[in-house]
Amino acid sequence: MSNKRPETKLVPVPSVNKIPERDVDKSPILEAQHLGIDFGGLTAVNEFNMAIGRTEIAGLIGPNGAGKTTVFNLLTKVYQPTRGTILLDGLDTAGKTTAQVNRMGIARTFQNIRLFDNLSVEDNVKIGMHNTIHSGMLSSVLRLPSYWREEKIAHQRALELLSLFDMQDLANAKAGSLPYGAQRRLEIVRALGTNPSLLLLDEPAAGMNPSETAELMENIVKIRDTFQIAILLIEHDMSLVMGICEGICVLNFGQIIAKGTPTEIQNNPEVIKAYLGNGKEV
Amino acid sequence: MKQYFKTMKTATKVDYATYAGVVLAFVIVMLCQSMGLLSRSITGMLVPICCYICMSLSLNLTVGVLGELSLGHAGFMSVGAFTGIITSMCLSASVSSELVRIVLSLVVGTIFAAVVGLVVGIPVLRLRGDYLAIVTLAFGEIIKDIINCLLVGWDERGLHIALNFDGTKSIDSLGLSENGIEIIKGAQGASGNDRIATFVVGFVLVMITLIVVLNLVRSRTGRAVMAIRDNRIAAESVGINVTKYKLIAFVTSAALAGAAGALFGLNYSSVSAAQFDFNTSILVLVYVVLGGLGNMWGSIIATVVLYVLPEALRQFSDYRMLVYAIVLILVMLATHNPILRSFFTRLFRREKEDGSAVRAVKGGGSHE
Repeated sequence: MSNKRPETKLVPVPSVNKIPERDVDKSPILEAQHLGIDFGGLTAVNEFNMAIGRTEIAGLIGPNGAGKTTVFNLLTKVYQPTRGTILLDGLDTAGKTTAQVNRMGIARTFQNIRLFDNLSVEDNVKIGMHNTIHSGMLSSVLRLPSYWREEKIAHQRALELLSLFDMQDLANAKAGSLPYGAQRRLEIVRALGTNPSLLLLDEPAAGMNPSETAELMENIVKIRDTFQIAILLIEHDMSLVMGICEGICVLNFGQIIAKGTPTEIQNNPEVIKAYLGNGKEV
Repeated sequence: MKQYFKTMKTATKVDYATYAGVVLAFVIVMLCQSMGLLSRSITGMLVPICCYICMSLSLNLTVGVLGELSLGHAGFMSVGAFTGIITSMCLSASVSSELVRIVLSLVVGTIFAAVVGLVVGIPVLRLRGDYLAIVTLAFGEIIKDIINCLLVGWDERGLHIALNFDGTKSIDSLGLSENGIEIIKGAQGASGNDRIATFVVGFVLVMITLIVVLNLVRSRTGRAVMAIRDNRIAAESVGINVTKYKLIAFVTSAALAGAAGALFGLNYSSVSAAQFDFNTSILVLVYVVLGGLGNMWGSIIATVVLYVLPEALRQFSDYRMLVYAIVLILVMLATHNPILRSFFTRLFRREKEDGSAVRAVKGGGSHE
């Protein structure tokens, strides 16, 4: 599989946002409008507008403390936004909880890995598939046929998902005992288990070496192609962001300072200033 | 068959071994009893041991699997015991079969304890932090005080219940007819009960509790509960309704404690609320902690050993509890000793190595 993509053209949707050209006849999977949150007197994120196409890989970058993870926490309702609207597949997520938003189709990974350390790798994935398995408490306590049927399907599906990352041999290992890279991959598999339409990856390449990062890039593209879902990722590794993201959003001090394709972002004076400063102050 | 056994997961093997162990213990005890090898004091301990095994298994569901501390488990036992006694006494005239009566009493005790667990759990389990410990601690005391002022009687007109909060009422104020039965007499508790609990019923209850707990843990529901224990935020992020699953685990735990309580109540001719105090809750917690959090067979063994131990130590007379405490400390030191642990790990490794690709890949990283 190659990472080469045809040059993407971003086209505007009816709001102030842009999505890739191929997704334009469908509504965006996610649209954030005028999103903002205040912690006491501090405005952490303000006027965040972003649309993501149905099969887009989008990037969210910015210097440390710009508010990238806060945006993720807003989208997944870990924080309730102070202002603005989040439309997921055209549905307003106002007043929903994290679990409800996940059932609507947003899955995420965490910057500091949050696995279920004491459980096996397979159980971690099965927990991700929680809402796709339907056996209730009664059928599991009585071990009714429906329990065995659902467990068998879950087992096969979990191994299938793990095989995406060649992790099926680790299915019985304890999640907490996995090496760092495998834990990051397991988090992605667990998120995929929830059957999302939008996957949020918070620094998926953190702590990885260049060859692992290259493999991860291939895998992210593979996930998008296999599941036909949208992916939004926060990343500091510019080779990854510029290599696979179609649309990039640059955040600084809680404000969007630039949006566009990788080429546009690379040449944007505002972005260069945010990352490197403007020579005059020195 | 052999192939099937090989492909089974370690957890499943442990489950089956636990069932087999309990059945084996039951068979041995029954054989000894039929041959007359058991003394009266041991025979008298059989049913309470079954009750306490159910208690520690159910508490292990809250403390070990859900990861929330409950300090009022005896409160649920108490609810089960007294509702069970009331049911059994009310039915004593109309239902002649003791087995039917005891089953009905256990069911009623279970239901009432579950309802009380739901009432306690709904507000508390929405909170994050150690609030459950505080609230269950208070709950245990409140239940004790309420039952201390409870007056219950039964006659042809039905059940009479009065609460003696101001100390002015007595059992006579219920106005029972001549052949009415006085069931609960305030602080005296319930006395003159039929002792209909048997060891066989106790064994069946232990098996049911074990099956419910183990099957729950190895299911979708149990995985969700353990996910909440391990990482609440991640559990929410994969769409698990945290309050719902905390409540399921806690109410199941309370219901099983209610069943254990009902059996306990039906084993004694006289039961008072003071028996189900904070010390009882802590006693069960000690069984669970020493047996290992989340480890069901550990709970069973710890319960049996620690229940029998004080009796076995009678020869030390006054120093009995002192020796008991020393034994507890020694067990704790032994189970947390890294040298002993690694010894046991080495002992069991050979069995674990076969057919597990994990070890080959991981180079021996994970031990359970």
